Amino acid sequence: MPEANADIIMPDGAEKLFGAVSLDIIRLDGAEKHFGAVRALAGVDFSVRAGECVGLVGHNGAGKSTLMHMVAGTLAPDSGQIAVRGGVEASYSVPRAQQLGIRCVFQELSLCPNLSVAENTRINHASLHGFGWRRKAADLIAAKLDEIFPGHSISASDIVGDLSITSRQMVEVARAFTVTQEPLELVILDEPTSSLDAHTAGQLLAFVRRFIAAGKSCILISHVLGEVLGNADRIVVMRDGKVVAAGQADAFDRDSLVTAMGGAEAREKTAAEIASGKPEPGLLRVRARPARQQDGNELVARAGEIIGLAGLAGHGQTDLLLAIFAAASRAKTGIEVTAPVALVAGDRQSDGIFPQWSIAENIGIRSLARLRNGLLISPQREAELAELWQRKIGIRTPDMNNNIFSLSGGNQQKALFARALGSDAKIVLMDDPMRGVDIGTKLEVYDLVREEARHGRTFLWYTTETEELDNCDHIYVFKNGRIVANLRRDELTEEKIIQSSFGDAA
Amino acid sequence: MLRSLLPALSLALVLIAIAWLNPRAISYFGFSLMLNLAIPIALATIAQMFVIAGNELDLSIGTFVGFVGCVTATWLKDAPLLGVVILLGSIGVYALLGALIHLRNLPSIVVTLGMSFVWQGMAILILPKPGGKAPDWLLALMAFKPPFIPFPIIAALLIAAVVHFGLMRTSYGVILRGSGGNSAALKRAGWSLLRTKIALFALTGLFGVLSGMALIGITTSADANIGNGYTLLSIAGVILGGGEFVGGRVSPIGAVIGALTLALAASPLLTFMHIPPDWQVAANGAILIIVLAARVLISRRER
Repeated sequence: MPEANADIIMPDGAEKLFGAVSLDIIRLDGAEKHFGAVRALAGVDFSVRAGECVGLVGHNGAGKSTLMHMVAGTLAPDSGQIAVRGGVEASYSVPRAQQLGIRCVFQELSLCPNLSVAENTRINHASLHGFGWRRKAADLIAAKLDEIFPGHSISASDIVGDLSITSRQMVEVARAFTVTQEPLELVILDEPTSSLDAHTAGQLLAFVRRFIAAGKSCILISHVLGEVLGNADRIVVMRDGKVVAAGQADAFDRDSLVTAMGGAEAREKTAAEIASGKPEPGLLRVRARPARQQDGNELVARAGEIIGLAGLAGHGQTDLLLAIFAAASRAKTGIEVTAPVALVAGDRQSDGIFPQWSIAENIGIRSLARLRNGLLISPQREAELAELWQRKIGIRTPDMNNNIFSLSGGNQQKALFARALGSDAKIVLMDDPMRGVDIGTKLEVYDLVREEARHGRTFLWYTTETEELDNCDHIYVFKNGRIVANLRRDELTEEKIIQSSFGDAA
Repeated sequence: MLRSLLPALSLALVLIAIAWLNPRAISYFGFSLMLNLAIPIALATIAQMFVIAGNELDLSIGTFVGFVGCVTATWLKDAPLLGVVILLGSIGVYALLGALIHLRNLPSIVVTLGMSFVWQGMAILILPKPGGKAPDWLLALMAFKPPFIPFPIIAALLIAAVVHFGLMRTSYGVILRGSGGNSAALKRAGWSLLRTKIALFALTGLFGVLSGMALIGITTSADANIGNGYTLLSIAGVILGGGEFVGGRVSPIGAVIGALTLALAASPLLTFMHIPPDWQVAANGAILIIVLAARVLISRRER
């Protein structure tokens, strides 16, 4: 059990107060990682001791996954060191981690769908070979499934691709706990219950507690805060690539965790002044109900409104935007769209840009009907449109006929905004378009979006950055493909969003 | 379940059509004749299946079979040692292609399309005009007449059994198929994807060599263009046999059945239907499209 002094919430370096080095299964000191210009981890100290379950929580992009990839050996830190059982590992890798008994169940499923359950078990155990390996692998995984999930209905000969997502996650978890030649000391569970129902999730967590009681260790990452609070011995909270709080689990409760994740300091709000000059909501533009919505919640957007779509990444926001986009050209049940639509893609390299084309051509593609002169596109009108938006949105280039790749990332994104705003679309869907864009560009685009909204355009804005929601009139929070909260701007706080996105109700 | 029976069903359908059109074809002699070319087609299909298992495609297998045929009909007969070295070397070239495709992250379609011209060019260099002669032992092997069951059927069973055991039952076969199913998972488990890709391409080379040799054992002499149709046939055979282009879902038994179906549908069936030879190639393509479309429809309904 950790020392008594651990129950204070402390900033960076809190781990240093914990027990003797030799007791640590793994210890990272000053781990840093950059992906291009993005700093994913900013000098994190992290350790796990024998017989301990560490809960790791944080919002999207807080750096949890990056940190866990380092522990599992799939990513090497740019700087900082990794020590296992007190010994510094110079070249830490996946095989080395396996040798040392460190396993990981990653968030995205890592089973081969074309193989059977037993064959997938074989992949993680190099020693399962030779005569009779199929029998051995089948017995191994079946025994572990029986132990963790008694009453399961999975056969070792089932092809994984034919199993339900729940069964697949059960196999994945059980596989991580199977033992052949290599030892088993620490298992990282990254969202292990995301696809499990309440019953199997309970079975798994009970097994984890037995595993810990047997002197083994575990790192539990979950967006269900109750799971972490109820099962971890110690909790580490990450935010913006740093550890912002750490302490014994019983020192935390839901509210203090949410506060730590969201940052307690008050953010200044740009919203108030804009709200004053707001015209009354206009005509209905979009009424949409997510495909998986079961209650009466639906998204409503009117002319002149900026609607925010919030919640954890990949919880159905993009799906709804794409459904609305599709509904604009072909009627779809549950979605009503009354005006032309344009989409600003978030992944501009794969979904937004035509790489071989000039900036002007990239802007004009959404407005070809207006640019036409007879059967041909009028270069003059295309140039006029491009120049208008170059001035309006401030695309920094000497010549709009240059290739789009001559622009910086932020300016490329501006060109995509110009494509949408320069079109006849009355509804603009934005799929987290500010990913990896510098702050200067962001502020310019925010101003433009607000101005366009004043002129009657409707914006549906999915964003993973809570600050951006301050620009919105209305915010819908998504969880598991459903709208779980519906906030007006004056009700908006980061805590509320996190509270809804991490809601324990499944 | 219908989906896994589909290859056998389509073979049965073709057999029933043949039996109905010409009952005398269903005999020891008839099968020996109709399935004459089934062995090289089955071997080429198995070769293609290995690259498809790793989510790649080999567009050079046809001209490679032709190249192997030319080597078999010349050097393997006149200078066996040199012939063997060349054939082993060509398998090595396949292994290197696998390494290149993996290391440089190149699209296999482009690389193998380029290689198809290399093999074709070399085949023409070796044998500018049709000719050469198969080694006597190869002729004797391919002319083997076992009692009761025609040789092509025995050979097909043998090929299917050996490859099924190697790819579907051994512990390394699992790794090879896993590399097509979820390569990231394999890498995380500590397996070398370079090695799996090299192994799959080398196996393709090996079965390509066997296919070329079997073909020359039947035709007795070679021609640089002799294998050109095999690229399409082999891909179609794999897909007809229940394989999929991506995802590591392949079936050696299905692939052999697919090859037999295509071998029967290709020429005997069309001849019995009194379709003139001029139209047989086009009819062949049409049959392929119909059969594959039916497969897609049935597997979609099952989902």
